[in-house]
Amino acid sequence: MVHEMEDDHVEDMEVEVEVLSSMWPEGIDEAGKKFNLEKPGLHEDMLEDLAFIEEPSIVDFKRLVELTSYSEKGSSQLAYLVQNWEYKQENAVRLLREELESLSKQQHEVQLKKLEIFEQHRFEESYGGDKRPVSVLDEVIEIFQDVPKKRNDIIVQDKRVEIDAEYDTVIYWKQKALHLGKLLEESVQREHLLLEKLEESIENLEKQSSPVEELSQILKRADNFLHFVLQNAPVVIGHQDQDLRYRFIYNHFPSLGEEDIIGKTDVEIFKGGGVKESQDFKREVLEKGLPGKREITFETELFGAKTFLIYVEPVFSKDGEKIGVNYMGMEITDQVKKREKMAKLREEIAVQKAKETELNKTIHITEETMRAKQMLATMSHEIRSPLSGVVSMAEILSTTKLDKDQKQLLGVMLSSGDLVLQLINDILDLSKVESGVMRLEATKFRPREVIKHVLQTAAASLKKMLILEGHVADDVPLEIIGDVLRIRQILTNLISNAIKFTHQGKVEINLYVIADPFPEGQQNPKINANGNANDSSISAKNDHEENEPESHEAVVWIRCDVKDTGIGIPETALPNLFKKYMQAGADTARKYGGTGLGLAICKQLVELMGGHLTVSSKEHSGSTFTFILPHKISHPCDGSDDTDGFGDMADNDNESTDDDITCGFFQFQPHTLGSVFSSKDRITHKEITSMDDDSSCFDTSSEPESSSKCNSENENTNSILIPSCSPPSKTDLCETWEARKDSNRSAECSSNSNSSSCVNQGEVAIARSAKKPRILLVEDQMVNVMVARRMMRQLNQDMDVVNNGAEAVRAVNTCAYDLILMDVCMPVMDGLEATRLIRSYEKTGNWDEARKTGVELEEHDSPFCNQISKESIKRIPIIAMTANTMSESADECYENGMDSFITKPLTEFPELKIISNISSIFECLDFFAFND
Amino acid sequence: MCLLGFGAVRLRTDMNRLLSLLFHQGVLDEQFLQLQHLQDQTSPNFVSDVVTIYFHESEKLLRNLRTLLLDKEIWDYVKLGIHLNQLMGSSSSIGAKRVRNICAAFRAAVEQNNRPACMRALEVLEHEYCYLKNKLHELFQMEQQRVLGDAVRYPGVVHQQ
Repeated sequence: MVHEMEDDHVEDMEVEVEVLSSMWPEGIDEAGKKFNLEKPGLHEDMLEDLAFIEEPSIVDFKRLVELTSYSEKGSSQLAYLVQNWEYKQENAVRLLREELESLSKQQHEVQLKKLEIFEQHRFEESYGGDKRPVSVLDEVIEIFQDVPKKRNDIIVQDKRVEIDAEYDTVIYWKQKALHLGKLLEESVQREHLLLEKLEESIENLEKQSSPVEELSQILKRADNFLHFVLQNAPVVIGHQDQDLRYRFIYNHFPSLGEEDIIGKTDVEIFKGGGVKESQDFKREVLEKGLPGKREITFETELFGAKTFLIYVEPVFSKDGEKIGVNYMGMEITDQVKKREKMAKLREEIAVQKAKETELNKTIHITEETMRAKQMLATMSHEIRSPLSGVVSMAEILSTTKLDKDQKQLLGVMLSSGDLVLQLINDILDLSKVESGVMRLEATKFRPREVIKHVLQTAAASLKKMLILEGHVADDVPLEIIGDVLRIRQILTNLISNAIKFTHQGKVEINLYVIADPFPEGQQNPKINANGNANDSSISAKNDHEENEPESHEAVVWIRCDVKDTGIGIPETALPNLFKKYMQAGADTARKYGGTGLGLAICKQLVELMGGHLTVSSKEHSGSTFTFILPHKISHPCDGSDDTDGFGDMADNDNESTDDDITCGFFQFQPHTLGSVFSSKDRITHKEITSMDDDSSCFDTSSEPESSSKCNSENENTNSILIPSCSPPSKTDLCETWEARKDSNRSAECSSNSNSSSCVNQGEVAIARSAKKPRILLVEDQMVNVMVARRMMRQLNQDMDVVNNGAEAVRAVNTCAYDLILMDVCMPVMDGLEATRLIRSYEKTGNWDEARKTGVELEEHDSPFCNQISKESIKRIPIIAMTANTMSESADECYENGMDSFITKPLTEFPELKIISNISSIFECLDFFAFND
Repeated sequence: MCLLGFGAVRLRTDMNRLLSLLFHQGVLDEQFLQLQHLQDQTSPNFVSDVVTIYFHESEKLLRNLRTLLLDKEIWDYVKLGIHLNQLMGSSSSIGAKRVRNICAAFRAAVEQNNRPACMRALEVLEHEYCYLKNKLHELFQMEQQRVLGDAVRYPGVVHQQ
C-alpha cells in the first residue's frame, strides 16, 4: 500500500522538522480532482456496513465501454485516472530516493564521527592506559530510553552523550569509549535495518505496480459512494443515446424492469402529460448541444402527477459528434406545491397589505376630517361665545342714550355682529347638516321683507357702482312659512357672491311662484332652470324630503333667481361649483378671495329644505343662480306677530311696513352715486333720509323761531340743520357739512350749533370784523375758571366769568355776548336752567321766566339792554361744558336750548384736542358772524 | 457756582423723574402738562397757583363729602353728586387722573345708593388725594429750589420779577 507508506513517512518527516523539511509536496492530488474520495483504508469499514441495493442501476455495459472508449469524456476520465496514478507512483519513488539519499548522508556522517572517535580513543588509550573498568551498562540503557519507540527504525540521533564521570579521568574515558562503541553498533544496526526496509519497499513497489487494480478499486469506491449518496434520493439519472433511447438509468424507485426501459424512449415507456414535453426538451438539448434545465409536470398512469426538475446535457464523441444526452431528474412535486402555495400566500398578503394601506389611509382621512370638523365646530363655538358677548353688550349699549351718529354706528356694529354670529351658527349648522342632525325651523315670514333686507344689507356695504334690484311677483304670498334665517342666509350668500363677481351693471333678485315641479308620484324631474338654451346648467339634485302631499294645497313653490351681470362662470368650473372650498379657479380665488364655502352651504341648505339649487352662466355676461323651495302658506290674518329676526333693522321702517308688505319692487344704488332714487323706491337710505329731512327743514325755517322749532323737532336725532336765508345749493351745504365733519370731528357739534344760528354765507363775509367776540364763561369752579381763562388768553381772547346760572342770566341781561360757555352742573342755578331762561328771553324779549325763578335783574340798568328791540335779540350760541356725558347727556343740553356741547376741555381729551376744541369754537365764531 | 449748577441739573432731573413716576402710576395725565404749558413769563407761578386753589377747594369738598356721608339720617345724593362733580371737574382740569377716576366710581356708588361703597370710595379718595398733594408739594418744592438756584445764578432775573 503506497499510500500507507507515504503517510508514515509524512508523519515522521513532520516530527523531525529540523532535519528534513518539506519532503512531501503539498496538493499533489488536488489538481483537477473530480472524485474527492476518502483515503482508502481509514474508514473502509464504513461502506462495508452499508447495504447497497444495486438493482436500481440498470446499465447497458456494452454501451458503457463504448462510451468510455469513444466519448471524449469517458476517455479523458480514464486518461486522468492513469495519469493520476502515475503521478503518485513517481512521487513515491522520488520520496524514497530522497530518503535514501538522506540516509546515506547520515551514514557518511556517522562514519566520519566514528573515525574521529577512534582517533581520540587511540590517543587516550595511549595516555591513560588501562584504568579501572567501569560498568556503564545502566547508563547505556538510559541513553536508549530517550529514543522514542515509535521511531525505532529511524536513525536520527543527535543527542549528546552525557557522562557523569569527571572529565579526563580514566573512568570518563572508559565510559566514553564504551558509549561510543555502543553508538557505533547501533548505527550499524540501523543502517542495516534501513537497507532491509528499502529492499522491502522496492519489492512492494514492484508488487503493486498494476494500476488497473488500484483504478478499479477507486472506481469501486466511487461507485459505492455514489450508491450511498443516491440510495434514497428522489433522483433519476440516465443516459440516452442520440435516438433518445435509454442506455442507462438509475432510479431508486423503479416501477419498470430493465427490459422495459433500456433501448426505449420516454414516449415508448410511458404515456401521459409531460412525457412528450420532456422528450421534446431532450431532443432540443441534443440538437442545440447546450445543456438545459426545465421543470416538467408529469401526469402519467405510472406514477401519477409529479413534477420533475430535469437537467439534460448533451454528450459528445471525441470527434465532437452528439451521441446522446445525460439526463438527471429530481422530483420536486412537494416543492412546487409549496412554492405555489407560497406564491398564492404572497399574493394574498400583498392584496391584504394593499387593502390595509387603503383602509389606513381612509381611516386617517376620516380621522382628519373628523378632527377638522370638530375643530371647526369648536372654533365656531369658541368664537360665538365672545362674539355674542360683544353683540349683546352692543345691544345693551343701544338702549342707552346715544346721539344719532353713535346710534348709526352702533346699528352697523350690531348688524355686522349679527351677521357674523349667524355665519358662525351656519358653520355649526353645516356640520349639523352633514351629520344629519340639522333641524329646520318653520317660522312665518314675509318674503318681500326678506328680499328687501337682504338687498339693503348688501347695499349698505356696497362699494361698487351696481344697482341692486328686487322683484317680487304679485302672486307671491305675503307671508309664508319656512326657515327664514336659512333662506336669508342663502340669499345673502348668493347676493354677496353676485356682487363680488360683478363689476358693473346690476344684481337682481326675482321671486315668483311656480307650479309644483314635483307633482305627485314623480320624483326629481329635470327642471330647466332658465330656459336659456345657450346656458350651461347643472342641476343640484335634491333629496326632496319635504314634499308633503297631504298639505298639498297649502304648499307653494317659490322660485328665486339671483341674476347678475358679472364675469360669469366658465363651463368647466360648473361641476365643482357647489363643492366645498372650491372656487371656479385658482385665479378667481386669488382675485376675489373667499372660502368657497358659501355655495356649498347654500346648496346643502336648499336641498335640506326640499328645494333645488341650480346655476346657469355665460362667461363674461353673467350668472344666474336659481333655487326653488316649497313653502307652506301662512294666512296673513292670523296675528301679525313679526317673526322675522331683524327687528333692529325694521325699527326704523315701522311707518313704511305697510307699504313693504305689498310692494314688489326694490332698488338700491350705492350711496356714492348720489341721492337719486328711482321714483318707485320705497326704501330710504338712512343718510339720505336725514338729508331729505334737512332740506324740508331748510325750506320752511325762514325765521329763527322756526329754526329752533326745527331744532327741537330734531333734538332726538341730532340732525343737521341748514341755515334758512338765501340758501346755497344743497350740495354745497352737504359739502360744507362733509368737509367740516371730516376736518374736525370734535368740532362737529359746535359747527352744528353754529350753523343753526341762521346766518348765511353772505353774512359771514360781513362778520369777519376785527372785533373780538365777547365770551361769557359760566363756571363755578375756580380751578376750571383759571385754566379756561388761561387758555383763552393763550388764544388771545378775553372772557367774562360768572360763577353760576343766575349770574349768567344777569350777565346776559347787561351785556351782549357772542358766545356762552356754560357749565352744566353749578350751584344756585345750573347751566340747563340758565340756558332755558336765556332762550326764553331771546324768544320773548323779557326776563319774565327768569324772574319767576327768582333771579333778580336790574331791568333798566343797562342802557345797552334798552337799545335792543325784541326783533334784534340775537340768539346767542350757548355751548355746554359737561364733565362727562353720563350725567349731563347731550340730549338734555339740546332740550334746554343749548346749541352744542363739548366735554370739558380739561377732561378726557388729550392736550392737542383741547386746544383744537377751544380753537374750533373760535373758528366757528369766525365763520358765522356774531355781530352786525 | 459749579456745584449750584449741578444742583440745578439734579433738581431738574429729579423733577422729571418724579413727574414721570406720577404719570406712570396714572396719578397725573396729560392735562397736567397742558397746565404747565399754560404757564409763561406773564404768570410764572400759574401751575402752583392753580394747584393750590385746587387743594383748597378739594379739601373743602372732601370735608363736605365726609360730613354728608356720615350723616346717617339724610342721604343727600344730589349734594353728594354736585360735590363729586365739582371735584371731578377740577381734578380733571389739573390732570389728577386717579382722583378723577375715583370720583367717577364714587359717583356711581352714590347713584346706586350704596353707602358702604361710598364710604370705601371716600377713604380711597382721601388717600389718593393725600398722595397727590404730597407728591405735588414735593414737586413744587423742587421747582422752588430750582427757581431759587436760577435766581442765584442770575440774580437779576429774580429782581426783575
